[in-house]
Amino acid sequence: MSLETMTVFSPQLAERFDALVEKYPLRRSALIPMLLYAQDEIGYLSDSVITEVAHRIGITELEVRNVATYYSMLRFKPVGKYNVQVCTNISCMLRGAYDVFERFQQELGIGQKGVTSDGLFSLEEVECIGACCWAPAIQVNYDFHDEISPDQVPGILDGYRSRSGVPGDGSSPQGRKARAERKAPHA
Amino acid sequence: MPRLVSHPEEVKIVTRRFGLGAANIDRYIELGGYQSAKKCLDQGPDWIINEMKASNLRGRGGAGFPAGMKWSFVPKQSPKPKYVLINGDESEPGTCKDHLIFLHDPHSVIEGAIIAGLAIGAKLGFIYLRGEYRYLLEIMEKAVADAYAHSFLGKNIFGSDTEFQIITHTGAGAYEVGEESALMESLEGKRGVPRIKPPFPAVVGLYGGPTVIHNAETIATVPHVIAMGAAAYAAVGTPRNGGTRLFSISGHVERPGVYELPMGYNLKKMIYEVAGGVRGGRKLKAVIPGGSSTPVLLPEEIENLGMDFDQVGKAGSMLGSAGVVVIDDQTCIVEFALRTISFYQHESCGWCIPCREGTDWLKKSLTRFHAGFGEPKDIDNIQYLAENMLGRTFCPLGDAAAMPILGFVKKFRKEFEDHLNGKPCPFAKHVELAVV
Repeated sequence: MSLETMTVFSPQLAERFDALVEKYPLRRSALIPMLLYAQDEIGYLSDSVITEVAHRIGITELEVRNVATYYSMLRFKPVGKYNVQVCTNISCMLRGAYDVFERFQQELGIGQKGVTSDGLFSLEEVECIGACCWAPAIQVNYDFHDEISPDQVPGILDGYRSRSGVPGDGSSPQGRKARAERKAPHA
Repeated sequence: MPRLVSHPEEVKIVTRRFGLGAANIDRYIELGGYQSAKKCLDQGPDWIINEMKASNLRGRGGAGFPAGMKWSFVPKQSPKPKYVLINGDESEPGTCKDHLIFLHDPHSVIEGAIIAGLAIGAKLGFIYLRGEYRYLLEIMEKAVADAYAHSFLGKNIFGSDTEFQIITHTGAGAYEVGEESALMESLEGKRGVPRIKPPFPAVVGLYGGPTVIHNAETIATVPHVIAMGAAAYAAVGTPRNGGTRLFSISGHVERPGVYELPMGYNLKKMIYEVAGGVRGGRKLKAVIPGGSSTPVLLPEEIENLGMDFDQVGKAGSMLGSAGVVVIDDQTCIVEFALRTISFYQHESCGWCIPCREGTDWLKKSLTRFHAGFGEPKDIDNIQYLAENMLGRTFCPLGDAAAMPILGFVKKFRKEFEDHLNGKPCPFAKHVELAVV
């Protein structure tokens, strides 16, 4: 198989991977970065991604899967274009992270690991993201948002909607209902 | 962007370039950067190791092992290449100091790695950042490229015959990989499970070669130790605990943030003066002194507690990663314990049975308990489970999960008892009954 003709990646990423495997004393060291960068482009680790990565590293697909299933950021199913990750670990929990998580659920109408029907957003409760002093903190894809309150949730979502050309619906019926029913913040 | 804080009590050594644009290499050089590496190149390995030993710099990742001693364990002659590995997999809940180092002073990490390389005779170093820190990885990658362009890295560093190269590397989400042997496994492209020790990494490490592994804060401190002199650096701290520490203060305080304070700084003062006291004037209920894996301390235990490895150890806890989590009197300790063990249950790599099974059963027991379905014998059972995890695993994750739970049960037994027999938790709010 000629990788040049068979690659599932963009020419830029394929070229980057050609260099990545040569960078380390052992090719296999490139495996985890390669999987993450592949996921960034494709959205998830599809069967064809696994096949090509295995080929590039020179190990079996089984070995790739064995490693990939260990790492929590790597996934085998697509998520939303914007994956909202809410940290609820101790420092964030103490400063109201569950209220933030709940508000995202209400605004998006999805639960843990859910994806909105338009495929724009997905939601995930995650472990510590290293922003404890700026809690509660979330990550949308790789962007950090620090010290957020539930009230900032619609604005954050609208920001991503307008980035992808979707009109903001921070004033959607379910959004309004959610705001109306909101409990007092966990001060 | 993370908010920077400042307080007059701080002693800014490692953070002195924060907020000054030092991610730019010219600015870093202007602020004295890369002079320590140059000096070390001129002085040679024995001098460097002696300076590090004299500085009393201890590992900032959590274990507190003296850095100079670690370097001296690396065999001088080795048939296999030696490596420097920087651990930027910062994942201990309550800890976010390395985040700021990568953001504000990436070159200090590179310069520290060069010095470690010179000391042990390594030609290659790795900087491993957790996968979530993508924007910080990009900052590090730019810094490394700039350092190559200035010949601070490469085949002939500073125009000498000495070689030192750096490879930046991303993880993909795993707390366990912060453990040094799991970190090496991950860097070798494997699942991040721990290796049995001995042999220690200084003898058999990455790719089988002698490897020194340091937390990002430790390595970022190294150039400052060289610049100010080991004796001056050691004098800032307490005996056997040289210098300062980056304390990540989070939770129920008025002014959370990363503060650089001398080793041995009083914990009560840290909370009430530096971080502005408990939020909303509430009462202090408990403090986690060094990241989520360190046993909880009560208000009466922090009165005269100096925050260094030895004093916190004597008080029955650990300085760990210096992530100080402050808990006010409106918090349910059982819920807090449950959230803590949920994390360790999620992050246990499953390699060692006591950790894999122990964290799972502790989570189940605490979930049931918090929901009001506990029985009196459960309290002792939780303690028994946790005690049987201690010291029975390859890596410290088993202990890290068990120790805080033991602390909560011992120090807040009454609160556990109050949850018995279907009594609703007075502060219950969030954690739902997932498993009964």
